[in-house]
Amino acid sequence: MRVRQIVITALAGVAGFAAVALSTAYIVSKQQAGSGIGVASIGGPFDLVDDTGAPVTERTLAGKPSVMYFGYTFCPDVCPTTLLDMSRWIKKLGSDADKLNYIFVTVDPERDTPKLMHAYLSSFDKHIRGFTGTPEQIAKVAREYRVYYKKVPTDDGGYVMDHSAIVYLMGPNEKLASVVAYQEDDASALAKLKNLVSPTPSS
Amino acid sequence: MRSFSKLAFAALLIASTFALAQGAETSITVDQPYARATPAGATTGAVYMTLINKAQAADRLTAASSTAADKLQIHEMAVTNGIMQMRELANGLPVPAGGSVALKPGGYHVMLIGLKKPLKAGDTFPLTLTFEKAGNISVTVPVQAMDASKDKGGGMGGNMGGMGSGGGMGHMEMK
Repeated sequence: MRVRQIVITALAGVAGFAAVALSTAYIVSKQQAGSGIGVASIGGPFDLVDDTGAPVTERTLAGKPSVMYFGYTFCPDVCPTTLLDMSRWIKKLGSDADKLNYIFVTVDPERDTPKLMHAYLSSFDKHIRGFTGTPEQIAKVAREYRVYYKKVPTDDGGYVMDHSAIVYLMGPNEKLASVVAYQEDDASALAKLKNLVSPTPSS
Repeated sequence: MRSFSKLAFAALLIASTFALAQGAETSITVDQPYARATPAGATTGAVYMTLINKAQAADRLTAASSTAADKLQIHEMAVTNGIMQMRELANGLPVPAGGSVALKPGGYHVMLIGLKKPLKAGDTFPLTLTFEKAGNISVTVPVQAMDASKDKGGGMGGNMGGMGSGGGMGHMEMK
């Protein structure tokens, strides 16, 4: 009985991974092809807390387009790099920067408390807010945003996280407008952010 | 008489072993090691460098230690189809004979786990790298500003991070 459950769970995990990996690959490849994205299924309702401990939902973001990144503070390389990139884009947007939400959602709720995220984000642009929650709440928001993440145990008893490393650009209607890939050049990223601030008629 | 020759032999043996060890140590050069400053509250960091192997035989970086962190691991990181995966290299990092391997953002790094204190631009810390053949090599690692970019990164290793990049310091101070 237990074995069957484990097998079913494992199979579901593998299937889930494949689905998310495929959808991520799809988003990235669509993006690289330069075509617009009409994926309506990215994003959705969530219940989380921000880095001051205040409750937040999808309504918190309403009215402004959002720049969202899923990562974790234990991450030594790609997460600080991406948050630095985001800080640089914010600076370059100048007065337009206030027209967007900038959210760092953790995929490691066990370690990333609001307090730790608040301290961590003090090293980046002050526009960036941190969202965390219970493991269940994080699992839900990750599902809504088609974000892949997985806890990988290390042989010293700790763990690292595999996770989607793309920045989501959500339109004011809370639908995915575009994405910025890891290490995409600044000019391209900035053009996408500017388009998010004031969409061109063609998009 | 006999004991003297024994002693001389022993001395010679020690001397030659030492010379061998010294010779071996120079086969690997650790070029421009650096770490990036860490965000507040962060308990991990990464060290980057280029390992150059002048020997005729391949070598392997098998371990690293430092007083800056509780433990160090040799990691490989890759972003594939938008998904970041980071893994410890259980068998170490090969350094090809007569070649080199670069540890740089987005690729290989020595991960510092359990930082004793945050890494601040301008600081330095000791790092000992253990190679399968070349043995232990100790270097001093300068800490660069957090946004020291990958292209700037290597070139700034020698002249202490922080000073080299005014923009970098600006980001660090941004609250």
